[in-house]
Amino acid sequence: MSDIVAFNSVAEEAAPKAQAQRVLAGPRGAKPRRALSGRNIMIYGTLVVVALYYLLPLYVMVMTSLKGMPEIRLGNIFAPPVEITFEPWVKAWASACTGLNCDGLSRGFWNSVRITVPSTLVSIAIASVNGYALANWRFKGAELFFTILIVGAFIPYQVMIYPIVIVLREMGIYGTLTGLIIVHTIFGMPILTLLFRNYFAGLPEELFKAARVDGAGFWTIYFKIMLPMSLPIFVVAMILQVTGIWNDFLFGVVFTRPEYYPMTVQLNNIVNSVQGVKEYNVNMAATILTGAVPLFVYFVSGRLFVRGIAAGAVKG
Amino acid sequence: MAGHTQSSGRPNQWLRNLNAKIASVPMILTAVVIFLGGTIWTVVYSFTNSKLLPRLTFVGFDQYERLWDAPRWLVSVQNLAIYGIFSLIFSLVIGFVLAALMDQKIRFENTFRTIMLYPFALSFIVTGLVWQWLLNPEFGIQSVVRSLGWETFTFDPLYNADIVIYGILIAALWQGTGLVMCLMLAGLRGIDEDIWKAARVDGIPMWKTYIFVIIPMMRGVFITTLVIIASGIVKVYDLVVAQTSGGPGIASEVPAKYVYDYMFQAQNLGQGFAASTMMLITVAIIIVPWAYLEFGGGRKRV
Repeated sequence: MSDIVAFNSVAEEAAPKAQAQRVLAGPRGAKPRRALSGRNIMIYGTLVVVALYYLLPLYVMVMTSLKGMPEIRLGNIFAPPVEITFEPWVKAWASACTGLNCDGLSRGFWNSVRITVPSTLVSIAIASVNGYALANWRFKGAELFFTILIVGAFIPYQVMIYPIVIVLREMGIYGTLTGLIIVHTIFGMPILTLLFRNYFAGLPEELFKAARVDGAGFWTIYFKIMLPMSLPIFVVAMILQVTGIWNDFLFGVVFTRPEYYPMTVQLNNIVNSVQGVKEYNVNMAATILTGAVPLFVYFVSGRLFVRGIAAGAVKG
Repeated sequence: MAGHTQSSGRPNQWLRNLNAKIASVPMILTAVVIFLGGTIWTVVYSFTNSKLLPRLTFVGFDQYERLWDAPRWLVSVQNLAIYGIFSLIFSLVIGFVLAALMDQKIRFENTFRTIMLYPFALSFIVTGLVWQWLLNPEFGIQSVVRSLGWETFTFDPLYNADIVIYGILIAALWQGTGLVMCLMLAGLRGIDEDIWKAARVDGIPMWKTYIFVIIPMMRGVFITTLVIIASGIVKVYDLVVAQTSGGPGIASEVPAKYVYDYMFQAQNLGQGFAASTMMLITVAIIIVPWAYLEFGGGRKRV
């Protein structure tokens, strides 16, 4: 496991270094290749085709969501809309139906916000303190619990879902947002604790020792020294959690009542509902709306996202 | 905190480092109560005949016998096997080839990577719904090709029970290969330039260098990637729910969906527990050898 994280830092460092080398090598490097060699055409050709393949679904989504239903029935899905309409977007947001409720995806969106924000904050707060205790204040047995936690990250969620349902029911919070937030905190803990532990362990130990000599305690060192020094890792954790929790489906459907369903669950219910005429344009608009938040995070965060998901991929 | 009781000696041993212990309470609770306790609980109850509510009436391996007699479970396992094998092979091969292409000191590397990785930011639900639309025989790719003049063209994986799992595979690969590419690219970047120079001096063709020199050197990266993909495969659920809801019929059922349906819809908890225990065993078969190789064996790393 530590390998995976070590490996992230390789991913982080290797790329800029290679670039730096290229810049430094400048004119002294190998002789410049012709831009249009057969080899280059092949490489760029393949990459462009691949890139088009990856972009195609996004393109089709956007195009479909901007067409009216008559045009969808007649035309082909790759054609741009003849007549652009934003009607499907409005409908998806404000009046698409799931079962008896016809207030659109906006409810799911706000539910997801109310789930994602506290879950992210709570899980990061707990995991960062945990990681800090593991890295700097080792006590007997700590490693054992940590090992169980990490091994637990590989256990399929299905195995642990029902016992959690029982625990939450006993506590009287099964079906509520609080319950779901606790669940997200629990399942975010292995990867986040690992992330923070490895990060804090990588900070120079002298700092910690100096603070100890000056009489600083557990919390003082955490808030005054560790926290200000580790903002990047907090951002990585935040990206990881926001996208992960926003995209969650299983926990949402298991641990909440319909009025609290997160956006992904509501989206699935809208699109895959069997009643009524299928409105593909509304469905696609709804799909884009649901994907918009993680996509936004992705495009804004760039390299940090890569680091976050490389760590988060362990979570599966 | 069972681990500390035996550590006597000085009287204030317990209070030493108290803050760290308090801070670790959530971790300890999660590890012991939820992960360890929950898993044991589920395994134990998989030997009972729990229906609507969990009950401790043991029936031996009854649930497992019923499980392996159920056509739906067999279809699920078969689907998972097909999906797993192909998604492992394809994502490793595609991911590696893309990474190798990206490693040719190309321009616009960042643009290409951004494009290949963005699907990974999307949820399985979104992925599944987009591909459901693209593979829709009435309006999607099939209808477009037909309208171009090829009237008999058939491409309707989601509506054909024999190949529906491949339709899901297409969506999964679209979503996941970008990540594999990124992991592989990081591995390639970690390889010393000098290896390439030596290979070039010796006149070894590039593809040979990749297969016989570079790939063996990237063993660690491959294994890590393999474990990441494999543990994701076992959990596949949302994608199937969004794309086909298990249909047509039961043709695209997967174990994770079987578990959910029996626990929360069919009110047959025992079956759900037995099925989820089988999932646990599958994961253990993947993880244990890896953990042994990685962390056992005298801690030598490649």
